[in-house]
Amino acid sequence: MYPFELTRAKTVAEAASALGTTGGKALAGGQSLIGAMKLRLAQPGTLIDLSGIPELKGIKKEGDAVVIGAMTRHAEVASSAVVKGAIPALAALAQGIGDRQVRNMGTLGGSLANNDPAACYPAAVLGLGATVITNKRRIAADDFFKGMYETALAADEIITAVSFPVPRKAAYAKFANPASRFALVGVFVAQTGSGVRVAVTGAASSVFRAKALEEALGRSFTAEAAKAVKVPATGLNADLHASPEYRAHLIPVMAARAVAAAG
Amino acid sequence: MGATEQGVIGQSIRRKEDYRFLTGAGQYTADVYPQHHSHAYFLRSPHAHAKIRHIDTTKAKAAPGVLAVFTGADLTGVNGLPCGWLITGTDGKPMNEPPHPVLAQGKVRYVGDHVALVVAETPNQAKDAAELIDVDYEVLPAVVNCVEALKPGAPQIHDGAPGNKCYTWALGDKAAVDAAFASAAQVSKLDIVNNRLIPNAIEPRAAVATYNRADDSYELYVANQNPHVERLLMTAFVLSLPEHKVRVIAPDVGGGFGSKIYLYAEETAMVWASKRVNRPIKWVAERSESFVSDAHGRDHVTHAELALDKSGKFLAMRVHTTANMGAYLSTFASCIPTILYATLLAGQYTTPAIYAEVTASFTNTAPVDAYRGAGRPEATYVVERLVHQAAVDTGIAQDEIRRRNFIRSFPYQTPVALTYDTGNYDATLDEAMKMADVAGFATRKAEAATRGTLRGIGYASYIEACGLAPSNIAGALGARAGLFEAGEVRVHPTGSITVFTGSHSHGQGHETTFAQIVAARLGVPVENVDVVHGDTGRVPFGMGTYGSRSLAVGGTAIVKALDKIVAKGKKIAAHLLEAAEADIEFKDGKFTVAGTDRSKTFGEIALTAYVPHNYPLDKLEPGLDETAFYDPTNFTYPAGTHICEVEIDPDTGVVQVANFVACDDFGNIINPMIVEGQVHGGLTQGIGQALLERCVYDPESGQLLTGSYMDYAMPRADDVPSFKVGTKVTPCTHNPLGAKGCGEAGAIGAPAAVMNAVHDALAAAGVKYLDMPASPHRVWQAIQSAKKS
Amino acid sequence: MAISVSLTVNGKPVTADIDPRTLLVEFLRTHLGLTGTHVGCDTGQCGACTVHVDGQAIKSCTILAVQAQDAAVTTIEGLAAADGTMHPMQAAFKECHGLQCGFCTPGMVMSAIDLVERHPKASEQTIRDELEGNLCRCTGYHNIVKAVQQGAAAMGK
Repeated sequence: MYPFELTRAKTVAEAASALGTTGGKALAGGQSLIGAMKLRLAQPGTLIDLSGIPELKGIKKEGDAVVIGAMTRHAEVASSAVVKGAIPALAALAQGIGDRQVRNMGTLGGSLANNDPAACYPAAVLGLGATVITNKRRIAADDFFKGMYETALAADEIITAVSFPVPRKAAYAKFANPASRFALVGVFVAQTGSGVRVAVTGAASSVFRAKALEEALGRSFTAEAAKAVKVPATGLNADLHASPEYRAHLIPVMAARAVAAAG
Repeated sequence: MGATEQGVIGQSIRRKEDYRFLTGAGQYTADVYPQHHSHAYFLRSPHAHAKIRHIDTTKAKAAPGVLAVFTGADLTGVNGLPCGWLITGTDGKPMNEPPHPVLAQGKVRYVGDHVALVVAETPNQAKDAAELIDVDYEVLPAVVNCVEALKPGAPQIHDGAPGNKCYTWALGDKAAVDAAFASAAQVSKLDIVNNRLIPNAIEPRAAVATYNRADDSYELYVANQNPHVERLLMTAFVLSLPEHKVRVIAPDVGGGFGSKIYLYAEETAMVWASKRVNRPIKWVAERSESFVSDAHGRDHVTHAELALDKSGKFLAMRVHTTANMGAYLSTFASCIPTILYATLLAGQYTTPAIYAEVTASFTNTAPVDAYRGAGRPEATYVVERLVHQAAVDTGIAQDEIRRRNFIRSFPYQTPVALTYDTGNYDATLDEAMKMADVAGFATRKAEAATRGTLRGIGYASYIEACGLAPSNIAGALGARAGLFEAGEVRVHPTGSITVFTGSHSHGQGHETTFAQIVAARLGVPVENVDVVHGDTGRVPFGMGTYGSRSLAVGGTAIVKALDKIVAKGKKIAAHLLEAAEADIEFKDGKFTVAGTDRSKTFGEIALTAYVPHNYPLDKLEPGLDETAFYDPTNFTYPAGTHICEVEIDPDTGVVQVANFVACDDFGNIINPMIVEGQVHGGLTQGIGQALLERCVYDPESGQLLTGSYMDYAMPRADDVPSFKVGTKVTPCTHNPLGAKGCGEAGAIGAPAAVMNAVHDALAAAGVKYLDMPASPHRVWQAIQSAKKS
Repeated sequence: MAISVSLTVNGKPVTADIDPRTLLVEFLRTHLGLTGTHVGCDTGQCGACTVHVDGQAIKSCTILAVQAQDAAVTTIEGLAAADGTMHPMQAAFKECHGLQCGFCTPGMVMSAIDLVERHPKASEQTIRDELEGNLCRCTGYHNIVKAVQQGAAAMGK
């Protein structure tokens, strides 16, 4: 790793201010950031440790939404009675992120701010039409994910929580890359207050909504309807593990599995 | 006699070495922290092929904490890394053996090639300084595919290897084979790629080199499988140091699988540098570094044909293979696709005529050498995939076609040099079929079809040549070393025993199994026997552990030493008991005068040897410490049948291993638990090759695309099932243990078993042929292609 | 600039001034001499470095030592009793031959204990799934699964 300074922030305001003045990076669980720094792929001059900020923790039901603090670990979301009761698909998704050790450290806020094209949480946030709450504003899911590793966050902006509206039905089906176990294709399907939403991760440069699947499932929320949709391969990722055509094939297959699991 | 006396032989004694591993008290090379040590970092080539115009180390040498920076130009008087096996080509000429410099000289030839050594106070400082080394490269076109490398116009990698050819070698009777094919009723053919693998032992390579000014000696800790070989090669061939002045210690080693056999540039450069820096130097590879610089395995392209008569009897086999050597010849590279490959093409069958031609080529990739199985997985894959194909082509059942061709009369001289001593291939096939419930397969297949999945079953009846090796045969075939083994049994005055073995344990449990052999023979508790390995300063000599040789060769050396111990003990006992030596029997730890109850215990004899007050000093020396060197008279031939059942989801291409059965004949077994563990591990590596693992270099740039676990799929616990393993025993006829060895069998048989099952399952989808790995993507693509045609 | 860190390791309080870059695994191995925790990769996937931080299995190669500030860390060296008697999970690994070269073993055992605490009466499939973060190249996992089951029973889980 390259050298860096480390400050432990005690409040959100302190953290945001430090980010702004130092141009550094926030340290949440570190499961992506520390890894990148070890390989000398990331070189922040300052790390601002968020783990000591109490208002970033906690899971609560607020009306018809579940609000999860940005520093909540994946393992906590996976085992939370609140989440399991209100949005079991979200708990199940968290249970499938990484492996048990990664889940004990990795956080919701860290995952979203990083926006790895194969991460799982972006699919849940986009699929449920969640709201990303920062120290400055509330950002709708549709406006949050901008591109590969790119989000709408400003340099001194910190995610404090995410508000997930409780859907009528939802599920996430992930086809894992055999090596990395990240999503090669991950599909989050939800019947929300404003219709069917289908969010796909792992297949393109960033998570996206699959409109054709949303329309088909809006007409008929069945696995057969999902499977019948043809997704074009254009714009989908090509790498060692999957061609764009394979990903295009898997999207409706996984969407169908999610629909079947949603009940 | 002796070594197979009951008691502890055949018992699954729990391992003596486990306590330290389980409590964090193991000492691996990275756990060695000499006083005042420094850290090494290797600058490696970012290019697959380039001339080095100039290297400027000025800034690096001035960087904080740096003790020294060395490049190839500094290593005057240092020779290249040697290859230990000379292959003679079909033209009668020796193979092309271009230099393999310790640090690059004028050119780099693969991504990861060693360019400079930085020694600094901390690892970060060494890495920081390496970033300041200015290398002016003239990038050249690269070639990574072993077949492409031989084509006219391919980039020329070594001046000494025109056309990038290392050798073309052949074995067998071509005329007889051609004649048999000409009149055959059926010919089955396959084009096969044996996918390149990266061994990936979980412990990365590491070394600690210390120079001792007091007596001009060196001490090297290194994660290695054969410290005496390492020392000999390094001192005699590369650094021109007195052999006896260098001590090589391979302490606890976290897995090897072949990748830690070789003499590598890193530890060689560090030993050289340790005198110049006059500080201990420590290096631990990062995993991404291991990916580019450990020797890789496999990487063959093969065209193979099997000729049969109309009753399914094999008449002849012909095989043409191109094998990738990588950019430089690693220590044993040349013999892997020749001596350890072509000689196994008879398999378990009576095929009377076989001809194999192998061309080995250089490419701009990491050197390729032995990886668990070393040539035998490649051979088994060719044979068993051909047999599977022949069964499909002729309609003969998979088990039946094998039975029609099994060797049943031993010893059996194959047409490819080797003579099998003994075996019972029907027994392992029959037992495997029972264990796999082959009879119920049709029902399972139909049930899977109701769920929309494709179920298939595949066989691999494999054989391997192990217990490397009879030195005279190896020498005649080009080996530059002997392949004997050494064992010293040192009885202490109080009757406890230390065994010094030239074998090395990096997971195989020798500290337990070798103690069992000694305990059984001498009638002492296993706890009283300690096994020491891995240290040239303590062990007389050894060729190390690989090729499933430790029990057959290392164990037999110990048996021979035990023979000498018992013989001497009898002399001492005869003297104490005032009897004739011929009347002394030794059994269950007691020396007894035959036909009487007059006896002395082993402990009494031991003490007497060291307190020789009543002792035939005129005829016998005091002490009880014997060494034996054992050179085997033949290879050993473990064999068996693996049966794999897979279930494939055509929607995603995912192949699930539903069931895997292995019935193996390893000869006599000392510790069944340890043997099963070796099989489990080998099977998982074999399944990894078949379904998950693939080392990929970009064909244009030569960059390693699978450079981490993010892209190289390692088998995890949820990738494999629990296994069903069993054994049949036909004891090896030519060593006193009757042991054949078991370490590689799983990796040898499993790939063919899995892929035969995959082909069986995919036949219904019209897929005729698929190379490894059968990853979900590749399976799905194969199904789509079959739909189109 | 050095940063001060205080934590408890295997029950003993530890305070040190360290380079902030120091990973927890480096702190344990090099500063404290606890070399039982191993480094097997550089992408946080092999799990050989697994320790417990406040009772949870964490990969010590992917957190900075400072992230363990005020935490209670347990390493493989902290499992056995003072008289050397092995923890039931350690004993189960020996009994079931769940290790060969031993390099992945400390991480595997720490992960297994955490797994069993969180999944009482875990089935074979659950154990295999939950060991996704621990690579072994030697054993083929067959005996590791048996060891985890036996260790769980011995722990009363």
